[in-house]
Parts: sequence; structure tokens; C-alpha cells
Amino acid sequence: MKIYLDNGATTKVDNKVVEAMLPFFEEKYGNASSLHIFGQEAYKSLDGARKTIAAKLNAQSEEIIFTSGGSEANNLAIKGIINREDHIITVKTEHPSVLNTIKELEKQGVETTYLNVTKEGYIDFNELIASFKENTKLVSIMHANNEIGVIQDIRKVYNLCKKKKIIFHTDAVQSFGKAYISSEDADLISISAHKIHGPKGVGTLYVKKGIRLKPQIFGGDQEGKQRAGTENIPGIVGFAKATELITEKEIKQMESLRDYFINELLKIKDTKLNGPRERLCNNINISFKYIEGEAILTLLDFEGIAVSTGSACSSKSLEPSHVLKALNLNQKEIHGTIRFTISKFTTKEELDYSIDKIKMVVEKLRKISPLRGDKDVYR
Amino acid sequence: MYTDKVIEEFKNPSNLGKLENADARGEVGNVTCGDMLYVYIKVKNNKITDIKVETFGCVAAVATSSMLTKLVKGKTLEEAEKVTKEQIAKELGGLPPIKLHCSTLAVDGLKKAIENYRTKMQPS
Ligand SMILES: Cc1ncc(COP(=O)(O)O)c(C=O)c1O
Ligand code: FES
Repeated sequence: MKIYLDNGATTKVDNKVVEAMLPFFEEKYGNASSLHIFGQEAYKSLDGARKTIAAKLNAQSEEIIFTSGGSEANNLAIKGIINREDHIITVKTEHPSVLNTIKELEKQGVETTYLNVTKEGYIDFNELIASFKENTKLVSIMHANNEIGVIQDIRKVYNLCKKKKIIFHTDAVQSFGKAYISSEDADLISISAHKIHGPKGVGTLYVKKGIRLKPQIFGGDQEGKQRAGTENIPGIVGFAKATELITEKEIKQMESLRDYFINELLKIKDTKLNGPRERLCNNINISFKYIEGEAILTLLDFEGIAVSTGSACSSKSLEPSHVLKALNLNQKEIHGTIRFTISKFTTKEELDYSIDKIKMVVEKLRKISPLRGDKDVYR
Repeated sequence: MYTDKVIEEFKNPSNLGKLENADARGEVGNVTCGDMLYVYIKVKNNKITDIKVETFGCVAAVATSSMLTKLVKGKTLEEAEKVTKEQIAKELGGLPPIKLHCSTLAVDGLKKAIENYRTKMQPS
């Protein structure tokens, strides 16, 4: 049995998406900028895909810029707006593609504020308001967090920003297709196809009409002259197909499986849910006390179950997850943290099988751990 | 990233868990990533007759703990002290560079256990 519970990392491409993409390799392989019939055909498909994605965001076609994925969209949103003299507000729990972009800008003198989060992962609106400055140009706050599934009230953030005439960017890579988001929620929205059963290497930055970005890739006049490069038509077509396939019913199904899974896992002694109960439909993040995440992950992998961990031991820097650290979790709690992320393809049978195996693995590792319940090192 | 030997040792480790009626215990914590390890020994005629390790750590920490116990069981305390982390890594077909510190944990834990044993045995 092979069970994939790492859909936060990436997802299986839907058959229907593959089918939609295939003609664009060997038949309709034209360049959308070419004037001949091949080019026109490509252009038409590109245009259609743009409309589909715009419609999903309640936006207009001209507001959609295709990129090579979520990371590029985040880079473009931030670097495309910020100048040296500006101030930017973000959150400690953002994705590295936001945090490291901002760190790079800091080197050039850009001023930054990193907001804290509550122990469930929410930002504090008073802290946000107190952080606004004369030169605040951009606020970048993710919609749903990739590790702990917490969903921020971005509509409220946006309204505050609008009053102050500050541009608001949100990284919606994890939430798009799983939680409602539209052009009324931000000025700039990052999305990635491979998290919604589309192909890797394609994404979108939604850019509100009236905002001009400094291009980060120079070249031809594609994407409203804001992002050069021959469009990845097969990828973009696949992205649009994946967007079309999103249904409310599947979101509900994931929610109910998520709750079932959380309840069953919390029945295991000395476990803790990270992030709030009300969260992204596919995210489950649990700390198993007294044991280490890489060891849990590896034993589950032997059983055919794919998960991810926030443990320091599993990272190349031996640093624990910055998100879990921001929640003020005890270092030992972070150590035994596993993220399970389900998809529309996940079944209850798969979860039941996983629960059995998780119980077995946790027991096995606890037997060889020096830490026990009797001596509470977690206070 | 791990060698087959590391994975094999992790899958079927030897001598892990708590050793009842141990003569001494060595405790170490790891500053690098926050792991912990206890080494228990039983000693007779200056030889390690039994050893067990409790590990709160990664795959490499479990595998090196297990390998250490195999290398020192039956050895004299002096011989056991000489086992190095390089030796353990070699027995495991190598460790990823970033995981070398995990083997230090097991070696240091054993040294502490031996030290504690000697202190305990000293006539007071
Ligand atoms: C919240 C978040 N932002 C950005 C990204 C990066 O997206 P991509 O992999 O398409 O570059 C990811 C995916 O890893 C993510 O989870
Ligand atoms: S024990 Fe943490 S990296 Fe090995």
C-alpha cells in the first residue's frame, strides 16, 4: 500500500489535467507570440486559460500574470513593488520564498517588520496597526499557512491596508482551491498549479488593475510587459484545467476526513494539534511527544506512508521549523512534529490504515526513548 | 541520503530501550538539534556484559546507538572508551556529513556511563 499524505508539498496531477495538456506538446506547440496559425492557436488557449483563472478569482484577464510558480510569484510581488527607501510588513511564519526575498531586500536597506503570531498561528491586528509607518509600502501576509494550516483574516488586513493606501500581497499558494479567495481579498495574490493537482513550474500572480510591477525577468513583451519569456502553454493549460476541476464537494470531503484524522490521532497519548481546529481543509499537524520526527517519517515511509516533519534533524541546517518556533512551541515538541496533508484523492480507508501504522510507529519509538510521561520535560 | 546499512540498522536496531538493574547510566543532550540519549551499562570484571541505549533522536542517532552497543558489548571499559564516532560511521558505511554529530551523542553517552560507573565503584 502506498499512501501519499504530503499534498502540502505537491500533489498528483489529475488525469484530466494531463489529458488537457497533451495536445500542446506535439500538435498545438506554437508560440503564443507568433502570427501564424500555430501561434494563433496557442494564443487562444493561453487566453482561455487566463480567463478561467481570472474568473476563479473574480478578476479580469489583464490582472493575471503567469509565472514559473509560487516562488516566482512571491518574488515578483515583493521585488516588483519595493524600493530601497520603503518599509515592508510581513509575518514570521511566511514561506521561505517570501522571507528570503525580503531578507535579500534588507541587505539593500529596505526596512522590515516581522509580525508575531499567537500560539495558534494568528496575527495580532493591534500589532499590525502599530507597525504601519510613513514609508510602509507593502504588507505581505499569507492566506493559509503551509505547515499548520492556519487561515488569516486577509479581508480584514486588506481593508486596513486600503485605508492607509498600502499595497497588500497575499501568498495563497496553499489556500487557492481549498479556501475562498478572490480579488476582493488583496492587491497581489500568489498561486501555484502543483498544489491543486496541476503541473509543477507554473503559477500566477494576480495584480490589481492600476498596480505596475518592476519586471524581474527582462525580455519580450509577454504578460503585460511585466514578466518576459515564452509562455509555458502546456503548463498554463493544465493549471486552468486543474482550476476548473476544483469543487466545493471535494473541499467538504477533505474537511470531514481531516477532522476524523485529527480526532483519531489525538486519541494517542501525549499528542498535540498544532494550529487551530478550524483550519485549511487538508492540513493536519501533530506533535508526538518523546520521539523525533525524522525517525517517525522514516518508519512510516517503510510502511508506504509519505508525510513531512518540522524536526530540526530533518532540515539541512539542523534548525527546527521557523513556523513552529514562532508558535512558541517547546523545542522538544517541535522535535516530534509531523505534518499530514491530504487531497481530494485521499480515502477513509487510507487514513484508517495510516492511523494503525502511526500508532505502531509511535509505540515503537517511545519504547526506545529516554523521555517518558512520568517526567514532564515539556513544561 | 542514508546508506543501506544505516537504514538496516535503524529498521532492526539492537540493544535499544531501558536496561533494568544497570550498574551505571550516562546521559547526554545534543545542543545542535536538541536530541537526548541515555546509555545504560552492566559491568563485570571490568567488562561490559550488557549495554542498552535510549534514544530521542533521528534515524542516524538510532542507528549509531545500535551500532555502538554492538561494538562495545563484551569489551573491557578501556577498550570501549576507545571506540570513536568515526569507527561507528565506518561500520555503517558512512554518514551524511550533517549527521556526524549524532554519532558523537552515542560515544559521549557511553563515556559518561563509564565515568559514572567508576565514580560509583570508588571506595568512599
Ligand atoms: C505557502 C507557499 N508559498 C509558496 C510556495 C512555493 O511555490 P512553488 O513550489 O510553486 O514555487 C509553496 C510551496 O512550496 C508554499 O507552500
Ligand atoms: S539526532 Fe538530530 S540530527 Fe541526528
